[in-house]
Amino acid sequence: MIHSLADHLVIAPILLPLAVGAAMLLFDERRRRLKMTLSLATATALLVIAVTLLIRAATIDTDGDATITVYPLGNWPAPFGIVLVADRLSALMLVLTAVLGLCCLLYALARWHKAGPRFHTLFLLLLAGLNGAFLTGDLFNLFVFFEVLLAASYGLVLHGSGTARVKAGLHYIPVNLVASSLFLIGVAIIYGVTGTLNMADLARLVPSLNIDERALFETGAAILGVAFLIKAGMWPLCFWLPTTYAAACAPIAAMFAIMTKVGVYVILRLFLLCFGGEAGNSAGFGADWLYFGGMATIAFGGIGVLASQSMLRLAGYSVLVSSGTILAAIGTTNSAVISGALFYLITSTLSISAFFLLIELIERGRDAGADVLAVTMEAYGDGESDEEEDDEDGEVGVAIPATIALLGGAFVACTALLAGLPPLSGFVGKVAMLSALINEAGSISVSHWLLITLLMLTGFATLIAMTRTGIRTLWMPGEGAIPRVRAVEAAPVGALLAVCVLLTVFGGPAMRYMDATAQMLYWPQEYARDILGIAPAGTVPLRPTIGTGGKP
Amino acid sequence: MEIILAIGIGVFAGSGVWLLLRPRTYQVIIGLSLVSYAVNLFIFSMGRIKVGAPPILPGPGVGDPATMADPTPQALVLTAIVIGFAMTALFLVLLLAARGLTGTDHVNGRED
Repeated sequence: MIHSLADHLVIAPILLPLAVGAAMLLFDERRRRLKMTLSLATATALLVIAVTLLIRAATIDTDGDATITVYPLGNWPAPFGIVLVADRLSALMLVLTAVLGLCCLLYALARWHKAGPRFHTLFLLLLAGLNGAFLTGDLFNLFVFFEVLLAASYGLVLHGSGTARVKAGLHYIPVNLVASSLFLIGVAIIYGVTGTLNMADLARLVPSLNIDERALFETGAAILGVAFLIKAGMWPLCFWLPTTYAAACAPIAAMFAIMTKVGVYVILRLFLLCFGGEAGNSAGFGADWLYFGGMATIAFGGIGVLASQSMLRLAGYSVLVSSGTILAAIGTTNSAVISGALFYLITSTLSISAFFLLIELIERGRDAGADVLAVTMEAYGDGESDEEEDDEDGEVGVAIPATIALLGGAFVACTALLAGLPPLSGFVGKVAMLSALINEAGSISVSHWLLITLLMLTGFATLIAMTRTGIRTLWMPGEGAIPRVRAVEAAPVGALLAVCVLLTVFGGPAMRYMDATAQMLYWPQEYARDILGIAPAGTVPLRPTIGTGGKP
Repeated sequence: MEIILAIGIGVFAGSGVWLLLRPRTYQVIIGLSLVSYAVNLFIFSMGRIKVGAPPILPGPGVGDPATMADPTPQALVLTAIVIGFAMTALFLVLLLAARGLTGTDHVNGRED
C-alpha cells in the first residue's frame, strides 16, 4: 500500500514534534539557544509538511474525485488496523495548526519561553497532539491524541506559574478530565453496539442499525458529543473557558484558540459522518441540539463580550462566539452554510489568536506606566532595564517608534475581523454563512431568522466592545509608557493578520476549497470507500448483531 | 455476574460524581479516580462478559470466536488505565501547588 517515501509524509506531523519534543528533554534547561533553534526548525518543517499535504488533498485524483491519503499504520487493512487519514478537512486544520504554532512559538521566543521549565517540549507535544487528533481515522486514537494535547495544555496553562494560573488550572483540568471520562464512555458504547472504532466503518454501519441498536448508538454518540462540546465550549458547558484563557500567558492563550476548534472539528467530522445525509433513519440526530446550543453560545458570548472589563476576557468570550457560530452552522445541516462556517473557522481562529498576542503588547505599556512619566523618543533606547529584564541572550529590545500606530492598526484589523466588518476575511466568512441561510430553498424558517439576527447582533456587540476598549487603551494620552515591542513579537501578530488578508484577497479559491470540503463531509460515502477500499453502497458485509457474542 | 458488575460500576460512578462535586481538592481527586475506575470497568464490560475465555487464538488456524473474549476492549482499557493514572498524578501535583500558593484546599482557591 505504501509505495514511496512521500506517502510517509502523512505521519510526519505527529512523529516529528513528538520525537523532537522528547529529545529536547535530554538537554539542560540552560541551553536555550539550541532549544529555540530546534523548536523553530520543527515548527517551520511542520508548516511545510502541512502545506504539502494541503496541496495534495486539493488536487483531483485520477478517478475524478478529491485525493484522500490513507496511511495504514501497521499496514493492516482499514477496519482492523488503525489508519491516519489526510483529507481536505484534516489538511486544512493541519495548516491552521502549523501557522498558529509557528507564530505563537516565535512570539514566545521573545521572552515567555524563559518563564518556566520545559516550555519547548510541552509546546511541541501540544502540536503533536493537535496534528494527531486532526489526522486520525479512528475513535480510540482520537482519545489518545486528545489526551496528549490535553496533557501538554495542562502544563502550558500553568506555564509561568502564579496564583491566577493555578486557580484557573484547578478548574480547567478537572473539567477536561471528566470530559475525557465521558469520551471513553461514549467510545465504549459505540464499540459495544457496532463492534468497530474506525470512523469510516461507523459511517458505513450506521444506516443498517436496527431500532434497538440505534437507540444505544445514539446514546453513545450523545455522550461522546457532550465530551466534545465541553472542549468546544458550548453553553452551558463553557464557564471554565474565559477564565482559563485569560489566565494563560499570551502565546499559550493564542495557541489555545485552536483547542476549542479541535472539539468543533471532531463534531463536524463525526456528526456529518454518522448523522449526515446518508445515515438513513439516524440522519440529523442531534442537529437541533447543535443548532440551538450553538445559538445559546453565541448569545452568551455576545453578552460576555459586552460585559467584559478586561481585554483578555473579551477575547475569551470571542472564542465562545466563534465556536457557537460554527456549531450552529453545523446544526443547520446545510452544506453551503457549513462551507461558510469552515471559512469562518479559519479566519476567526487566526484573528482571535492575533488578538491574544496583541493584548499583551498593548497592556504591557499600561502595566509599566507608573515608572515612566514622559516618554520621549530618546527614552526608548535608555530604559531598557525597565521591563526587559534578564536578557542574557543579548537580543536588545528594539522599540519601534511607531509602536502605538502599529498596535492601533493591528487592533483595528482585529476588530474588523472579529466583528465581521467588510474589508477583511471575517466579513467574507459571515457573508458566506448568511447568504447560504438566506438563499435556502423555500421560505426562510423562523429559527434561521433567529440565527441571522444573532450573528448580526453579536457582530455589533463585538464592534461596540472593541471600540470601547480601543478608546480606553489606545487613545489615552500620557497614561503610562509606550509599550516596548520587539520586532520578533510584532512579526507573529502581523503574520497572523497577513494570513487573514491573504484569505480575503484569495477569497475565491479559498471558498472553492471550503465548498469542496463541505461537499465531501456532507456525502461521506467517498471518504468511507477510500478508507475501507470496499465496493460502494449496498454491499454491507455480515456484521455481528447485539446479543450474540464474537465480533470480527 | 452482570448484575454485580453493573452495580459495581454504578456505585463507583455515583460515589465519584458525588465526590467531584465537593469543594475540597482532595475529594475531587478521589472522585476523579473513582469515575475513571467506573469507566475502565465499563469499557471492559463492553466486550461482553465471558468466564474463562482467553482473548487469544488457542492454536494455529481460525479459531471459534464464540470461545474467545474480545481482545479490543482489553487493549483499550489498558491504555485508558495508563492515561487515567498519569492524569491523576498530574492533578495531584497541581493540587499541591494550589495548596502551597493559596493556602487553602478549596477548589476556588479561597474559603467561601
